[in-house]
Amino acid sequence: MDVITLSRLQFAVTTIYHFLFVPLSLGLSFLVAVLSTIYLKNGKIVYKQLAKLFGKLFVISFAMGVVTGIVQEFHFGMNWSEYSRFMGDIFGAPLALEALSAFFLESVFLGVWIFGENRLPAKVHCLSIWLVAFGSNLSAFWILVANSFMQHPVGYVINNGRAEMTDFGALLTNPYVFGQFAHVLTSGIVTAGILVVSVSAYKLLRRENVAIFKTGIKIGAVYAIIGIFSVMGSGHLHTQYVGHNQPMKLASMEALWNNADPAPFTIYANIDMNKEKNTNVIDIPYALSFMLNNSPTGEVKGIKALQSEEQQQYGYDNYIPNVELLFWSFRIMLACGGIMLLLMLVTLYMSYTNRLSEYNTGWLRLLSLAIFLPFIANTVGWIIAECGRQPWMVTGLQKVGDAVSQNITSLEVWISLIGFTAVYALLAIAAIFVAVKIVRKDVTEEGSGL
Amino acid sequence: MDLQVLWFILVVVLFTGFFFLEGFDYGVGILLPFAAKDDIERRMFINSIGPVWDGNEVWMITAGGAMFAAFPHVYATMFSAFYMALFLMLIGLIVRGVAFEFRSKHDTSCWRSLWDWMIFIGSFLPAFLWGVAVTNLMKGFMINSDKIYMGTFWDLLSIYTIVGGITFVLVFAFHGVTYLSLKLDAKSHLMPRLRLVGTCLGGTAAIFYVLCMALTYANTDMFKSSLCLGLMILAAIVFVLAIIARRQGRCGAAFIGSALAVVFTTISVFVGLFPRILISTMNPDWSLTITNASSSPYTLSIMTVAAVIFVPLVLIYQAWSYWIFRKRVTAKDLEY
Ligand code: HDD
Ligand code: HEM
Ligand code: HEM
Repeated sequence: MDVITLSRLQFAVTTIYHFLFVPLSLGLSFLVAVLSTIYLKNGKIVYKQLAKLFGKLFVISFAMGVVTGIVQEFHFGMNWSEYSRFMGDIFGAPLALEALSAFFLESVFLGVWIFGENRLPAKVHCLSIWLVAFGSNLSAFWILVANSFMQHPVGYVINNGRAEMTDFGALLTNPYVFGQFAHVLTSGIVTAGILVVSVSAYKLLRRENVAIFKTGIKIGAVYAIIGIFSVMGSGHLHTQYVGHNQPMKLASMEALWNNADPAPFTIYANIDMNKEKNTNVIDIPYALSFMLNNSPTGEVKGIKALQSEEQQQYGYDNYIPNVELLFWSFRIMLACGGIMLLLMLVTLYMSYTNRLSEYNTGWLRLLSLAIFLPFIANTVGWIIAECGRQPWMVTGLQKVGDAVSQNITSLEVWISLIGFTAVYALLAIAAIFVAVKIVRKDVTEEGSGL
Repeated sequence: MDLQVLWFILVVVLFTGFFFLEGFDYGVGILLPFAAKDDIERRMFINSIGPVWDGNEVWMITAGGAMFAAFPHVYATMFSAFYMALFLMLIGLIVRGVAFEFRSKHDTSCWRSLWDWMIFIGSFLPAFLWGVAVTNLMKGFMINSDKIYMGTFWDLLSIYTIVGGITFVLVFAFHGVTYLSLKLDAKSHLMPRLRLVGTCLGGTAAIFYVLCMALTYANTDMFKSSLCLGLMILAAIVFVLAIIARRQGRCGAAFIGSALAVVFTTISVFVGLFPRILISTMNPDWSLTITNASSSPYTLSIMTVAAVIFVPLVLIYQAWSYWIFRKRVTAKDLEY
């Protein structure tokens, strides 16, 4: 394999891994802050116990997020140095701002929160977790500003052979970032909510601290449901935006080869990327046009037409992303969202009508397995976003092939790819081992620290 | 003042903060398996940096980010040139970062010593590699006219740069000793041990520091700047004074001494480089300087506003966090 393919693979492995922990940290920090505040207000011990347990899990997730995040930051210079030269004038600023405004805040106050319980007034201690939550979500904003520029460049001019920033405000108000930020933030809430439900279900299955985790399930389900509705709403709006802004990405997500008016939504198809057509198609007529335009008609452009348009604009090349991958990724994300919504609504209903107890073992097992769903949805979501912009590194400005470092050899990238993958795999085992240890502990036991 | 000069100074400030703060973090990690004998002692070591190490590490991330934003060509050339070295450093930082959280969560000696060694590796490796990197910065790289590094990984290793790496490890380890002397229970039986370790380590470090300076004289053009030379000599002198202060049990003075040695050394390197950042050994005109490697004036001015707002803010709350945890760590109240 060449340096480009290997670097892409390495980037995919390391970012996907980073992004397993990021949404969890985003949503969980906020939830722990809310629980701690409720405890401060009403003094009910159960909130403190839940805040402690999920606080410990948050710290593990945060640590994993930090160590894998540093890899990401270095990656741009190591593997994508031509990209860094071309884009550094614009791309470096959000990254530096992320570190200055968010990373310091999170890491300093996380230290204060973990170690400060007995040294600080309760209110200041609670404030510190709020600052951590604020910092985490702020850092997501900055990184998404950077990513949004790659998807939809704004506020720049090509000068001195590189992209130079002309309008920082335009970068911050990139319409792309609103959809993306809202969607990512809310996906974090879903991820954390589902985690709370799954862990509580697991504890109920083990008949431990039953009263506490019945409350836990309820809180988690409410949190997750709020999240799922918002993630679906923002996802829908963002899809409409992507449809107009990156029509090739949308057409590939839908495996729509030819222009269509009205366009159907395809539920299932055998996609033949060589012959550029689908067989065994199951369609919902009008649905795609309706979802994109809020009206049953309206043209949606197909891949073939877009390919020849882009060829005219940018010259001869293949501008079609991996259609099959995008098509199925999108369907998997939608399915995960739907299943989670169903599970959570039923759980909440059972829980409010007192039908959910530690004896519903079948349902509880299902709930503890649901933990995988948000992670799957997050991963395939990014696969859509990133693979959908191929072959562009920065849409319309730089192709991936021109972005890679010139001086690194494929042997070097092989070594680092295998090294990171192996270390990450071992880390995953250790992290799961530690998380299970934390979960299995009796939460009523008074242990010091986090 | 010229924005490019200002950003050069800011990058120096960030690297100085990084080496000063992470220096003792790394030092504590390097000493951990050797100077702390049982689980309680090791937990005391870890707790002394527990609340602050992550905030310290952000100095490095910010230094990298600032380099990216202000001098993107330097970021691109340097990080791709150091590809394998950075890969190793990242592995070190990964295992180190999780070790602090994982170690305390399971109570068997096998598990704990596993993570103790991870902390050691994750502290030793970055310290060593930063030494190699800094000496390479002074020596220069094979950079062609397109700002692309033409050498290989092995070109980065020479007697000089390896001595640089060892010097960094030893200096940071001593810096860790002076930090621990301030942070651990003054009545603990660890104190006499730290005194002994401090003397031996400090002495060896001083010898290597001088050796490294001699090699710098032989291999680089740094000392054409008398300010650079002066600062390095000053650093060596305060370092020796720190060793003496540590022997006499004047822990505050010793810590200030080792901190100033690190600070002066870092500044002296950048003074010697200025206005270059990456020296090309192929042709001096191909060096990356603050003018030909920088971002546009617009980006620099945006970043300047950001730095003026956030740097003081960060300094305030980070100092506050050190102040909250100013109490010495005793064997009784260990969180980790
Ligand atoms: C819990 C997770 C989750 C759930 C249930 C959904 N999403 Fe999502 N989705 C994500 C988590 C996510 C994500 C991981 O956060 C992504 C990756 C990139 C991004 O901006 O958010 C994403 C990306 C993403 C993209 C690509 C955006 C781009 O190219 O920038 C689209 C079009 C959608 N989503 C649309 C939807 C719709 C219409 C959904 C449901 C009705 C939906 N998502 C549910
Ligand atoms: C701001 C954040 C991000 C930036 C700047 C970014 C940038 C990049 C870059 C430089 C590449 C390599 C070139 C390429 O193959 O296109 C890439 C690829 C990729 N990234 Fe991202 N990424 C970001 C976030 C994420 C996240 C959070 C994920 C997943 C969880 C992700 C998933 C991927 C995947 C799967 C690829 C491989 C695409 C392919 O090989 O076709 N990205 N991204
Ligand atoms: C590919 C681009 C990315 C880079 C360069 C990057 C960089 C980093 C770095 C250096 C850290 C460690 C910070 C510390 O030490 O405190 C980190 C952690 C974090 N990153 Fe990323 N990151 C990337 C993608 C993302 C994305 C897409 C998001 C969110 C949407 C994100 C959100 C976070 C958060 C919230 C943390 C804090 C740790 C945690 O909460 O788990 N990052 N990232």
